[in-house]
Amino acid sequence: MSNILNYIWLVPLFPLIGFLINGLGRNFLSKTLVSFIACGALLASFVVSVYFFISVKEGNHELVKLFDFISVGKLSIPFEFQIDALSSLFLLIITGVGFLIHLYSTAYMHEESNAHYARYFAYLNLFVFSMLLLVLGGNYVIMFIGWEGVGLCSYLLIGYWFKNTDYNNAAKKAFIMNRIGDLGFLLAVFWIIQQFGSVSFGEVFANAESKSTAVLTGITLLLFIGATGKSAQIPLYTWLPDAMAGPTPVSALIHAATMVTAGIYMIARSNILYTLAPTTQSVVAVIGLATAIFAATIAIKQNDIKKVLAYSTVSQLGYMFLGLGVGAYTGAVFHVMTHAFFKALLFLGAGSVIHAMHHEQDIRNMGGLRKKLPITHLTFLLGCIAIAGIPPFSGFFSKDEILAAAYEASPVYWIVGVAGAMMTAFYMFRLYATTFLGNFRGTKEQEHHLHESPWAMTVPLIVLAILAVIGGFVGIPKVFAENAHSLEHFLSPIFTQSEELVKKDHALSHSTEYMLMGVSVALALIAILYAVNRYSKKPELQDAEGFGKVLANKWYVDEIYDAIISKPLKAISIFFNNVIEKSGIDGFVNGIGEGVQYASRQLRLLQSGQVGSYILLMVLGMIILMVVQFFIK
Amino acid sequence: MPINYYIFLALALFCIGVAGVLTRRNAIIIFMCIELMLNAVNLLLVAFSKMHYAAAVANAPGTIVGTDAQLFVFFIMVVAAAEVSVGLAIIVMMYRNTHSIDINFLNRLKH
Repeated sequence: MSNILNYIWLVPLFPLIGFLINGLGRNFLSKTLVSFIACGALLASFVVSVYFFISVKEGNHELVKLFDFISVGKLSIPFEFQIDALSSLFLLIITGVGFLIHLYSTAYMHEESNAHYARYFAYLNLFVFSMLLLVLGGNYVIMFIGWEGVGLCSYLLIGYWFKNTDYNNAAKKAFIMNRIGDLGFLLAVFWIIQQFGSVSFGEVFANAESKSTAVLTGITLLLFIGATGKSAQIPLYTWLPDAMAGPTPVSALIHAATMVTAGIYMIARSNILYTLAPTTQSVVAVIGLATAIFAATIAIKQNDIKKVLAYSTVSQLGYMFLGLGVGAYTGAVFHVMTHAFFKALLFLGAGSVIHAMHHEQDIRNMGGLRKKLPITHLTFLLGCIAIAGIPPFSGFFSKDEILAAAYEASPVYWIVGVAGAMMTAFYMFRLYATTFLGNFRGTKEQEHHLHESPWAMTVPLIVLAILAVIGGFVGIPKVFAENAHSLEHFLSPIFTQSEELVKKDHALSHSTEYMLMGVSVALALIAILYAVNRYSKKPELQDAEGFGKVLANKWYVDEIYDAIISKPLKAISIFFNNVIEKSGIDGFVNGIGEGVQYASRQLRLLQSGQVGSYILLMVLGMIILMVVQFFIK
Repeated sequence: MPINYYIFLALALFCIGVAGVLTRRNAIIIFMCIELMLNAVNLLLVAFSKMHYAAAVANAPGTIVGTDAQLFVFFIMVVAAAEVSVGLAIIVMMYRNTHSIDINFLNRLKH
């Protein structure tokens, strides 16, 4: 039975084949064929993943070595895939949600020309392939290949409409921000090689306890820098909201199933290193919490339907990092899963709205879409409830697990976290109320064309809505029922080593836990009621003023980065160009040329043609030689 | 006679030759001065050769050690004769072209 896991390479193979066929044949294939190939590849991957998942659930896990990738001296880096509880769970999320997004895209992108349509799906398949490589990789180098792959694909997809300069700039921004993080990751990998002499997860984790805390702190901090780039945390998060430039299903893919979860996955995978480096854990928790609350404040004042969701993603990722930071690894992975469901749902729902509104994204021009788009409305509402953390929807369980763990670590974490959760509920329902309730505020023409999306778009919405509602039941906390947390049980082999190190001396009492849940749910409900009440009747149509303006402008972070990094960098570049390059390097090179010319001009005078002077010089030379010889002896 | 006399004579002849070459502009006189230098060297060679030969014969009668420099002198004289013929030919051609044997006319070769 365990042999079957040796065929794990099938999972990434299908998207790769899909990418090659669609990418190479983009000028010949019809749209039907392209969508069939792309969706088929993902569906095949998903089916195989389910099969492997069941096999892993029976207790199998395997390290599949495919071939030697790099072999230098004592260092050997095989191309290996690791299939265990964590990676198989991610496989399911990636291929499952990925398939739904592919299916949705077939309808959403149907206006594109044939070649561009095929290009889109080729990128999409490559994206999924890279992500699969990332989670399947059995060592840090293979993970890094996938890590770079998703960075590249996000660049390609964000800049998909490459004729628009703003979109290209957004793509470049995403790529550069990611590269900054990738450098941290790369340095961490080098350090790991230097310390452990291997990059395989098994060997590194087994020897982790013998290394000094300082070294582990350094390595984990560098890895975390990588994670802040990929998973959009302070200070490298600014690319994610700009990544909205891509087509909406791409945003869903980046935000829900792939890419941003890479950082969470990497830290969850390296959990033992983080557990052994408490300083890094605190850094992760604080950065996560800061990002969660910071992004939530920005989301409150955004008027672009996708921007709100983007900042909500950044905020939710902050919660995941908070979970990782306080040692609730299961909770973080759980939140990745539920977040994948409801965030994909919300993005696809937003896509459906945008599709119906003919590429209108400003929520101030929407309103009252409830009747025109019934399926979108209902599924979007379910997604909002799920993200707001209302029981028994999925978001409640995962967020509550993280918040409970945060309370154990420090009540301050919990207070800030709950404040963020309250804001989440508020801005999501502000978005919901402004978009779907009240009266329609768009043009007559838009109103005339309003229509529910085709089945290829609504079916993924319905499936995701169901998942968003029931997805939480795999992780029912102990308070409600003993041993009902099947996810924790499933993932326990991954986190045992860490859990043995951190012996929980006291678990939260049941009453405390009920109290925590009660408070967060009550606050979320208040926020929801207030938001719905306020924005369904009288949506804010004016531009924000005062402090709201600061929030609407995203705390001016882009401007600050521009002022403290881009502008000085540009000034230095200009200085180097004008001064160092022109007078320094050019001056040096030209100086050599001019010096040689000058010296030649002077030497030329010696060639006077006067025989007498030649002879004189000759004689002088002889005399000098004689004198020199005389004195040297 | 002590070897010093020969050395000083040769030195004197050589210096006269050098001075003549450097100061005179008449090609033939320069030529003669070159010959003077050559012959100063020849004189030295012969003088040293004779000195070494005398020392060698005193130790081992019948030897020919030290005579090779005298052979050199003959070669130098032969080469000098050949050189003189070429040089004089050049001077003749020069006179035909410029009606002068002033050495400074030769700087025209530069142009």
